[in-house]
Amino acid sequence: MTDQAVQGEVGRARPRKEDARLITGQTNWTDNISVNGLLHMAILRSPMAHARITRVDVSPALERPGVVAAFSGADLAEGLGSLPCAWPVTEDIVLPDHPPIAVDEVRHAGDPVALVVARDRYAAADALEAIEVDYDPLPPVLDLEAALADDSPLVHSDKGTNRCYVWPLKTGEDFDSVRRRAEVTVKRRYVHQRLIPNAMEPRAVVVTPLAASGEYTLYSATQIPHILRVMMAVVTGIPEHKIRVIAPDVGGGFGSKLQVYGEEALALAVARRIGRPVKWTESRSEGYLATHHGRGMIQDIEVAANRDGRLLGLKVDLLTDMGAYLMLVTPGIPILGAFMYPAIYKMDSYDFTCTGVFTTRTPTDAYRGAGRPEATFAIERIMDELAHELGLDPVELRRRNWIGHEEFPYTSIAGLTYDTGNYEAATEKALALFDYDKLRAEQADRNNRGDTVRLGIGVSTYTEMCGLAPSRVLRDLRYAAGGWEAASIRMLPTGKVEVITGTSPHGQGHVTSWSQIAADVLGVPFEDVEVVHGDTKAAPQGMDTYGSRSLVVGGSAVHHAAVKVVDKARKIAAHLLEASEQDLEFSGGVFSVKGSPDARKTIQEIAFETFTSHDLPDGLEPSINAEHLLDPENFSYPHGTHLCAVEVDTETGQTRIRSYVCVDDVGKVVNPTIVEGQVHGGLAQGIAQALYEEAVYDDEGNLVSGTMADYLVPSAPDLPEFTTERTETPSTTNPLGVKGVGEAGTIASTPAVVNAIVDALRPFGVNDIRMPCTPERVWRAVRSQKEA
Amino acid sequence: MTHISVKVDGTTYEDDVEPRLLLVHYLRDRLGLTGTPIGCDTSNCGACTIELDGVSVKSCSVLAVQADGSEVTTVEGLARDGELTALQRAFHEKHALQCGYCTPGMLMAARDLLREHPHPTADEIRHALEGNLCRCTGYQNIVRAVQAVSEEEVPA
Repeated sequence: MTDQAVQGEVGRARPRKEDARLITGQTNWTDNISVNGLLHMAILRSPMAHARITRVDVSPALERPGVVAAFSGADLAEGLGSLPCAWPVTEDIVLPDHPPIAVDEVRHAGDPVALVVARDRYAAADALEAIEVDYDPLPPVLDLEAALADDSPLVHSDKGTNRCYVWPLKTGEDFDSVRRRAEVTVKRRYVHQRLIPNAMEPRAVVVTPLAASGEYTLYSATQIPHILRVMMAVVTGIPEHKIRVIAPDVGGGFGSKLQVYGEEALALAVARRIGRPVKWTESRSEGYLATHHGRGMIQDIEVAANRDGRLLGLKVDLLTDMGAYLMLVTPGIPILGAFMYPAIYKMDSYDFTCTGVFTTRTPTDAYRGAGRPEATFAIERIMDELAHELGLDPVELRRRNWIGHEEFPYTSIAGLTYDTGNYEAATEKALALFDYDKLRAEQADRNNRGDTVRLGIGVSTYTEMCGLAPSRVLRDLRYAAGGWEAASIRMLPTGKVEVITGTSPHGQGHVTSWSQIAADVLGVPFEDVEVVHGDTKAAPQGMDTYGSRSLVVGGSAVHHAAVKVVDKARKIAAHLLEASEQDLEFSGGVFSVKGSPDARKTIQEIAFETFTSHDLPDGLEPSINAEHLLDPENFSYPHGTHLCAVEVDTETGQTRIRSYVCVDDVGKVVNPTIVEGQVHGGLAQGIAQALYEEAVYDDEGNLVSGTMADYLVPSAPDLPEFTTERTETPSTTNPLGVKGVGEAGTIASTPAVVNAIVDALRPFGVNDIRMPCTPERVWRAVRSQKEA
Repeated sequence: MTHISVKVDGTTYEDDVEPRLLLVHYLRDRLGLTGTPIGCDTSNCGACTIELDGVSVKSCSVLAVQADGSEVTTVEGLARDGELTALQRAFHEKHALQCGYCTPGMLMAARDLLREHPHPTADEIRHALEGNLCRCTGYQNIVRAVQAVSEEEVPA
């Protein structure tokens, strides 16, 4: 036991508790898990984008050495329901069946058609080759606009349309009338290529059945153990209380593990069928076909403004690629973005329509930022086009339109109430760090000289909605669950503390940050706190980790639970110190009686005396444990300004990022080290969209970029040194004042980089480059225009 | 089946293996040394990097039979008696990992670099780690960690 009090953990740049295991290889990835009798599952996948299955014969696979069982889709259909879509965004949305394994039709390359289980992974992989499948090819559906034509082939023939839904949001003055009175309008089409999230840990599942009691433990590399448990019960019919889901160490997610995957249901179904433990681990190439993709949108965007640069209105028509099926939140992703197109700007009219389209490609769903990067990209790109049209500096145009820091709280045209913000401060700081004026001078000089290597400067200002989400808002958006988060605190007899969180980390450092929060409120040493997560038995309630919600909602719940612990401890302290509660002060983990400084008990001593509890008064519960479920009152709204300078070689098309400066305002910071790391990682992913990454399909619907050799995840030499700084405008809607940081870097960086490239090439008449801005695309853009 | 004898992290193992068995699967599935993870199937990601006779290699691109008679060091063999190496400490102190999945491979590749070039520049570090992908850190803190060790002039 210790009574050493620690003050001021929140804000301290602590190295992480998590690291000790990770840097010594004592990890607990799902694929590391082994149990006696474990069988390996391998899945045969469709080689075609679209086909009718006319025959599946798994019997030859059973002849292969080591094979224990093999199943077709039809074999497994009984007792296996459709995979869930929890976000039917409109009343009349088209919701197709989504069997975990195809029975009569495959709808994207990689759709599962059969599986084997064998004694080792090599035997399982070998046996797949013996399975016989006959396909009757059907036409692929790949082009988002053509898919909406009346004569288009259908992804789901029973639905009669490839149009999944149409979701409008129109607020303020009618856009047509705004357009008529505007002095300037600019209209553009932006395309968001499909991205493959590429968490470094491939997905994996292990199911261990306990036949006698009908219980199952399902280990999964998932972001959402709690949601997964509910959904596994729904899909397989196994009662929820018989399913324990454990997310052990999870090696990244970025949204791709915010999912209820067919393979999880299949492993459970097969373990139930054969009564043996089953493991499935995807190979990277398999994951490229089977793990959901991100982005995949076409944006038609129009702004109307006055000559002085004042924005009047914004119109967005969005086509968004659902892929072949609706997964957990597929339709909702662009709807999250819908609220973010107006961004930090004031305007009189907003007219948004999103059309979801089915294609014969891998389903899309959340990828870091989830709808918000796409929205930010569109508005920040077209703001640059408007600035060019008006002959204004792009930063100056933003200044003329953003919400002033004295105007908060401010309700945006999209209907969100931003609690706090200070766009001026972040922008000024970023401009100073970047040395903006000097770079502009150098740019002018290079242009005047006709240098073959041009300098471009890109700005991106952004805000995002984090902390998903107030439950009443989710209801209004037709999301099927609430947005609360759970935390509880167990005060152990020796004074050590267990924080149980419903959030489920995969690299974000929750254990460290949650320890800091609890240590501060309880006044106990950081080292005395342990954090329990990712196991539905040990941490039974939660809504898990996505959308930068963990700290804002889950961390705030920890704070509230800790306050409850102190409140309960106060009653027992009053009894032990023979004082009234009102006469007690609590500071630095110590209860003391006002005016009698020697009469004191630490909260850790109280934990022990509560455990022994020999003489508590009647009616006083012998516990200082507490639980809190928090439903947030509002989203949180991080914001910031990112500046990127690129050098573009007009003869080779090569882009080099020369400097990158960002100033993010994520509210109060619990751990600056972790925040900086999250920003770095986010920048890497956003820059990768701008420059490198794209899921490419051929005309038949085959994924051409189907391996890591073909899909360019940036490596160390591809990325620059970042200058990351912060301003700090605390959120007023949670007790910590935090806003969330996981997605900020990704959201802001993509438009900053593309704006910079376009800025470099303006003298050549270039006003857009399709992402990723590969050397070939840049070179072609330069060649196709004449220098002005 | 082929008989092999391999010394891994100081312990010698005698085994009969299929000729096609990859070294990474031998380490993970046969020896239970799961500190070395697998991130891809095309030798692009570098997560499974280990040292084979003192040289860093991707263990998914080596057959177990090729390691016969060799000495292998994995991330689990770095710390001795709970004492972390300078590089492990630097990764911790510089926040050079988030999810940690690429970390074993990064550590092994960085060790190799520092043995060959004890004082690399940031650019040299970035190029040396080109074959090791990380999705979380943006690489900046990894570079800082490697530099910190090189400045301390202690063995990685």
